[in-house]
Amino acid sequence: MLLNQYLLLAAALFVIGVFGVLTRRNGVLVLMSVELILNAVNINLVAFGTFHGDIAGQVFALFVIAVAAAEVGVGLAIVLLIYRNRRSIDVAEANLMKG
Amino acid sequence: MSGSFTGVFAAAAAETFEPSSWLFDNIWLVPAMPAASFVLILLFGKRFKDHVHWLGIATVGAGLVFSLATAGAWISQYESEQTHHSEEAVDGEIIRVVDAEEDGHAEEGDHEEGIAPRGCNLEENTQDLFASSEYALGAGGLSTVEYAASEEGGEGEGKAEHVKPDPVVNCLNWFEVGSFGSGTEAQGARSLAFSIGTIVDGQSLMLLVVVGIVSFLVHVYSSEYVKGDRRYVHYYAFLSLFTASILFMGLATSTLQLIVGWELVGVCSFALIGHWWEEKPNSDAALKAFLTNRVGDIGLLVGMIVLFFGAGQSFDILTINHAAVSGEMSQTSMTVASLCLLTAVMSKSGQFILHTWLPDAMAGPTPVSALIHAATMVVAGIYMVGRLYPVFWEGMNIPGSSFNALAFVGALTTVGGGALAFVQRDIKKILAYSTVSQLGYMVLALGVGAWTAAMFHLFTHAFFKGCLFLGAGSLSHACHHSFDIKSEMGGLRTKMPVTFATFMIASLALAGLFPFAGFWSKDEILVGTGGFPGTDANGTYTVLLIMGLIAAAMTAGYMTRAIWLIFFGEYRGHVQPHESPRVMTIPLVILAALSVLTGFLNFPEDWFGGLGERYGLKFEQWVEPGGGDTFHVIGHGDSNLLLAVVASLLAIGSAVFVWSYYQRLYAKDATATEYTDGLASRSRIARAGHVFLEQKYFLDIIYTDIIVGGIKGPVARMANWINQNVIDAVVNFAGTSSTAVGRFVYRFIDQGTIDGAVNLSGTSASESGQVLRRVQTGRIRQYASLMFGAATLLAAVFILVV
Repeated sequence: MLLNQYLLLAAALFVIGVFGVLTRRNGVLVLMSVELILNAVNINLVAFGTFHGDIAGQVFALFVIAVAAAEVGVGLAIVLLIYRNRRSIDVAEANLMKG
Repeated sequence: MSGSFTGVFAAAAAETFEPSSWLFDNIWLVPAMPAASFVLILLFGKRFKDHVHWLGIATVGAGLVFSLATAGAWISQYESEQTHHSEEAVDGEIIRVVDAEEDGHAEEGDHEEGIAPRGCNLEENTQDLFASSEYALGAGGLSTVEYAASEEGGEGEGKAEHVKPDPVVNCLNWFEVGSFGSGTEAQGARSLAFSIGTIVDGQSLMLLVVVGIVSFLVHVYSSEYVKGDRRYVHYYAFLSLFTASILFMGLATSTLQLIVGWELVGVCSFALIGHWWEEKPNSDAALKAFLTNRVGDIGLLVGMIVLFFGAGQSFDILTINHAAVSGEMSQTSMTVASLCLLTAVMSKSGQFILHTWLPDAMAGPTPVSALIHAATMVVAGIYMVGRLYPVFWEGMNIPGSSFNALAFVGALTTVGGGALAFVQRDIKKILAYSTVSQLGYMVLALGVGAWTAAMFHLFTHAFFKGCLFLGAGSLSHACHHSFDIKSEMGGLRTKMPVTFATFMIASLALAGLFPFAGFWSKDEILVGTGGFPGTDANGTYTVLLIMGLIAAAMTAGYMTRAIWLIFFGEYRGHVQPHESPRVMTIPLVILAALSVLTGFLNFPEDWFGGLGERYGLKFEQWVEPGGGDTFHVIGHGDSNLLLAVVASLLAIGSAVFVWSYYQRLYAKDATATEYTDGLASRSRIARAGHVFLEQKYFLDIIYTDIIVGGIKGPVARMANWINQNVIDAVVNFAGTSSTAVGRFVYRFIDQGTIDGAVNLSGTSASESGQVLRRVQTGRIRQYASLMFGAATLLAAVFILVV
């Protein structure tokens, strides 16, 4: 089994995700990009787990999926609230923390 | 404590219980009983109310019985040793035995090692708290002394030798002071132990008996005289405390204990002189007595400190005496110490020029005057000199000399005090000056080396002067509490017969007429001066003999004047005088009897034929330590009939002269007390002399106006100047300098440094915030890109470096 193909796939997914997070203004798309990042990590975990013959990689992946679900739940709730307040989900406009 | 007590008893039981040694060891009970009475009166006195005197009388009486028993034991021990020794002396030809250790059980103990007859061996006492270091009771070392120093040349072979028992000393360790001296214990540093204890010898027992008798009688007498007084309880409490204190002082084994007792009697005297302190003169007199005594107390302290170092750092009296006798103490320290102690004697025993408090002390109740200011406390100085006599003997160069400070002070006092007694009109003041004069006699006797004569005069004087004072109290009790012999008395001999008789006897004793007590003691003093040809005493104090004779004539004169004005002539008072009740007259009778009898305790050996050989000089044999290594061998003058006759004739002549003076006055005018056209009104010199005497040699004026007044004005001005210019300057400087410092601190430190630091932290925080807020854009994507960029950078670093 060749590990590097999985790792390259994961790296590609990760970079796509990062690009999405950094460039998208739509809040929902940002969340989706985060999901891509997390799934890239999942691929890494499963790939290394299988490579080493260790079940722990898949267990961690399952944990990450569960946490990601929760994270999306919270994230969507935040997006929804932002929308209610501003009638927009443009994350660039939400700059209340400006010093 | 109880353990050691039982130990003592067990030891006593093992070697057959001896009552005499039990008495000697437990003599502390004598001062303890009046002390207990003081505490009881203090605690429960108010409950006893008018019966409080029973407590005092009972305890003092018990103490008196105990002291008499102990004195008896002492005498019987002495006498039994004489017979024992004389048997031996007859056997052999031993004339001068140094140590009578022929007794079978005389052990070769510490006596031969030379540690012996010194006070408490303190090192031992630290082990055993109640160490009984008695040397030689019955067994062991008795020091034998040649009886008279003058007999050393060999004519003394026929004379009896006298074995003198050594003093019995019991000590408790009072307290100890850490290590004394420098270095460690191995280098010779030792802890200094202060002991408290009792010394039993002839001198202390003599004082115990005198104090016991007079105090007991005064306690009895006071129950009538002070009856109904508002501070009756307080009076008896202090009377008991006083008795305890003087007994405590008399039994002192160390100079420290002596000082404590000395000060205690001073305090009691102060409290009792000021008994009626509501009247200003009384509290003034109390203060004067106390303050005058403070002057002498400085001398006492300095003298005792000098002796402490002179005797190799010891407070123990016998050690000090031993050091003086053996020559271990330097001549300088003995001279300095004896001069300092002389100051103490001058104040306590009313010697010129510190005597002025004593006549004023008559402000107290009369029984107090009898007990404290005539019979006991004022002889504390005499007693102290007697205790430390070897120091004075060497320090004042008494033997073989013809003049010294001690004797001179005594002689000056005896003449000066006697002269003042002539011009007083207060009976108690006459007696007070008479006391001053008689105390001068005792100091004179000590100064010329007549130790026994001084102690004997102390002994007899206590009785007849006590009797006179109590008699004066009886008179005042009858005459409306007045002591003025000119305005309130006269012709009382028929109205108060008992008082008259006892007063007469005591006066005769005081005047020194045969066969009353004063005759014997005064004669001995005059003999002791050695100034009269044929009296072979310690020195030849001719000048002092003459002064003594003058004082003898004066004594008879002023007593005749007092007696004439009180008991003869017409009654000049305004009340009906009556004889005092029995409670008061019986003590008078007892004291009068003692004034007659006590003289025979020490009549010279060559009087009354065989009786003198047998019963003469008993007081001297019983009381004088005589030799041993803690007392010098002192000489005694040979009694001289001619001297006795001369002294008596002088006294009688002076009495007759005064008597005829007043008798002529009486013939002129029955109620007059002084001549209107007397010498004083005719001659300017005589008038000046009279004023000089009436003003008491201007001593009070010198003290209060010149010394005190002269000092307090300039001192006050100087103090004011110092206050204004030194103390205030210091205060002002402190104020101004502190405001300057404050200003400086405010301006530079508070405003500059501290506030600067605070402001700096604030501004720096805000400035840095201003800079850093630019980073805080609030745009999440920017944050995220920064984060990812940083992560990439870190990853790169990890990959490249690690």
